[in-house]
Amino acid sequence: MIAEKQILSRTRKFGKVCEILDRYSNDSAKLIPILQAVQEEYRYLPEEVLTFVATSLNLSPARVYGVATFYSHFALEPKGKYVIRVCDGTACHVKGSMSLAEVVMEKLNLDEKRRTTPDMLFTLETVSCLGACGLAPVMVINDEVHGQMTPEKTGTLIDQIIEMEKSYARNN
Amino acid sequence: MQETINLESVAAQYKESLKYNDFRIVICAGTGCMANGSEKVRNAFLNYIRESGLHVKVELKPEENHKGIFLSESGCQGFCQMGPLVTIEPLGLLYVKVRPEDVKEIVDRTIKENKAVERLLYEDPSSGEKCKGIGDIPFYTRQSRFVLKQCGHINPEDINEYISIGGYAAARKAFTTLSPEDICKEILASGLRGRGGGGFPTGRKWDLTRIQQEKKKYVICNGDEGDPGAFMDRSVMEGNPHSVIEGIMIASRAIGADEAYVYVRAEYPLAVKRIRRAVEDAENAGILGDDVFASGKSLRVHVMEGAGAFVCGEETALIASIEGKRGMPSPKPPFPAQSGLWEKPTVINNVETLATVPLIIKMGAGEFRKIGNAKSPGTKTFALTGHVRNTGLIEVPFGTTLREIVYNIGGGVTNNDGTLAEDGFKSVQIGGPSGGCLTEEHLDLPLDFDSLTGIGAMIGSGGLVVMNRQTCMVKIARFFMQFTQNESCGKCVLCREGTKQMLALLDDIIEGRATVETLELLEKLALAVKKGSLCGLGKTAPNPVLSTMKHFRKEYTEHVVSKWCSTKNCKSLVAPEINPELCKGCTVCTKKCPVGAISGERKMPHKINVSICIKCGACAQACKLNAITGV
Ligand SMILES: Cc1cc2nc3c(=O)[nH]c(=O)nc-3n(C[C@H](O)[C@H](O)[C@H](O)COP(=O)(O)O)c2cc1C
Ligand code: SF4
Ligand code: SF4
Ligand code: FES
Ligand code: FES
Repeated sequence: MIAEKQILSRTRKFGKVCEILDRYSNDSAKLIPILQAVQEEYRYLPEEVLTFVATSLNLSPARVYGVATFYSHFALEPKGKYVIRVCDGTACHVKGSMSLAEVVMEKLNLDEKRRTTPDMLFTLETVSCLGACGLAPVMVINDEVHGQMTPEKTGTLIDQIIEMEKSYARNN
Repeated sequence: MQETINLESVAAQYKESLKYNDFRIVICAGTGCMANGSEKVRNAFLNYIRESGLHVKVELKPEENHKGIFLSESGCQGFCQMGPLVTIEPLGLLYVKVRPEDVKEIVDRTIKENKAVERLLYEDPSSGEKCKGIGDIPFYTRQSRFVLKQCGHINPEDINEYISIGGYAAARKAFTTLSPEDICKEILASGLRGRGGGGFPTGRKWDLTRIQQEKKKYVICNGDEGDPGAFMDRSVMEGNPHSVIEGIMIASRAIGADEAYVYVRAEYPLAVKRIRRAVEDAENAGILGDDVFASGKSLRVHVMEGAGAFVCGEETALIASIEGKRGMPSPKPPFPAQSGLWEKPTVINNVETLATVPLIIKMGAGEFRKIGNAKSPGTKTFALTGHVRNTGLIEVPFGTTLREIVYNIGGGVTNNDGTLAEDGFKSVQIGGPSGGCLTEEHLDLPLDFDSLTGIGAMIGSGGLVVMNRQTCMVKIARFFMQFTQNESCGKCVLCREGTKQMLALLDDIIEGRATVETLELLEKLALAVKKGSLCGLGKTAPNPVLSTMKHFRKEYTEHVVSKWCSTKNCKSLVAPEINPELCKGCTVCTKKCPVGAISGERKMPHKINVSICIKCGACAQACKLNAITGV
């Protein structure tokens, strides 16, 4: 009885995941799109979900972890509300993109290892080429592309977000 | 039974509906222009035209037969730096850097009075003259836009528009009047070579797959485009997605495949969206599906998003990724042509290659061969970036010289602050992390697949990074090394560990810990990584290092022996210098310098000869005015 209950609550907890698995007919060949859809839902890949996906697809957890860790888009840790992606592709690099990342790190007190702020507001990533090289240097905050950036503009942008979040918190 | 589409009547109907437009306003909706706010411009047009009481359409419906202004969007037109771009047809006007505030004036003057808004036209910096449209902007007139021709003209999200310019006629020909063998022959005769980097003859690849006895076969379109700094494939997928689908159809027919995949980088959400839309629309129109052009053949196209791994652009890794595995390359043979996706014969082609195919079928191999040169027919798109005035996406025939690209299309080399540098050219890095450097002596070399092999470079997928004299070549080499080291899949020891060590050696050089032996070791290791790696990533990873070491040896030696970086990019190795504003010419330092590196006349600012200086610091210590830095 208890076991059954556990299973029931487990599947309820993973309701969304089940839906995704159904959408891909539990096809193990679709592992990557499945993980992408799961990540869209949770914003990262929680450990227990990975194990659940592995069991459902009849794959070893090692195989699923192997895939999840191989691709840079999969995150095994939660990310901040604002994901700042600074492009470090050739065009952006040549035009000084790394100074943008430095400003972000400085302002948010992040470093090579600490990529997410403790309040879970920001995550900094560097990516190679966003395909908007004509506007180098480029950075993307969530889905919005900002081109021809300068360290000053970067600082202002971050201040604006922090300000916006503060006033949002005040009003709620 | 799906109904067979009549392309001619779709085209005729569409053209008929076009007649009912007084003006067509095309707003660039490529990634670059969107980032610059083209969506706001579009909304401003929509609102102001409505407010003015004019009739505005955002979609052409055949039954709508009263006059109006047609507002449409396009993919990237290559001139992103000048964006948002707005074209007004039939006047042929191109407005640059348009902001929502400008919209009122454009509508009032251009739409209502047929007059140009001069201040929004592009000004040719070399002549100072205003250009009316792409017909007189040197950036465009010097190019031959062939594959990119329709990007920027047609609405990528309207299949009827593609059909109205003759789209899908080549696919129909392939399915109804040509045999698979005919198609392979035609493509072989055209001399088309793959644009994904390798330059392998497409016709040969197809024919090898065609003759396989298996019933099930696949076509894969490689839209992974992982090269940093490259965005050619992105532009084609965003600007003319149906041309890619049509190329896939022809490839599928040529080899006998009934299923195809388009693998697109996840960093390209707009490309994913437009390709998906194109597949859906082609299915709904009865072009893709169970009975393609009533030929009895079926074709399904799937779109898959990548998950951020550069190595997945390699074909065997790409196949593994579609199969839901880690994207690790596997040894060849067997080649994908023999055993590819799910162990079935598979053709993998680059986006640009496939987008060229319908054009060849339409114009014939003979006509196609007239473009470009004998061994590399056709055109190549390049992403022109770095220290050049006009960065952007360009397309030129093979055989065009670097000089033409950098000076005439690119508008010349710029300083770091963006101003034009008269004598600023240092190098062009071509082919991204697999490629090498070209120097001044290569400016007149015709660019094609074969001309670069002798000098340690390659066309690659088409990244061209122009670098001015303020660029440190060692740092550039390190940049690419860092990239490949990050992206190594880890399967081969030499690629995994070798690139890591190479990176460490480059760091030694940049940070002043290196000796002459470091350079020897670096070279040795580079050759070993080339030899001992399984896939192209490892095999070509040392190229940027070897090529900069070959062409800019002096710069490496300076870093290692004199411990200085003449471009002042390497922070640990700033060159010794006397600040002429502080120096009063007391001559104290000349006397202290043990190697006689400092010279100058009494009471005049002194100078340090950096090639003699051993950086002992004696002079700086002696100088009362603190005029000496960098030792
Ligand atoms: C590490 C690596 C990355 C690659 N990335 C791409 C890519 O992003 N796009 C592409 O079309 N080809 C890429 N290629 C080349 C492909 O493996 C393959 O040769 C190509 O897609 C074949 O198409 P084509 O004959 O039309 O050029 C890459 C190769 C290697 C070794
Ligand atoms: S050469 Fe490098 S990227 Fe290629 S298979 Fe070997 S380890 Fe992987
Ligand atoms: S010691 Fe200082 S002030 Fe005197 S000549 Fe040398 S650099 Fe100039
Ligand atoms: S290099 Fe930054 S967008 Fe391409
Ligand atoms: S995005 Fe508009 S020109 Fe490139």
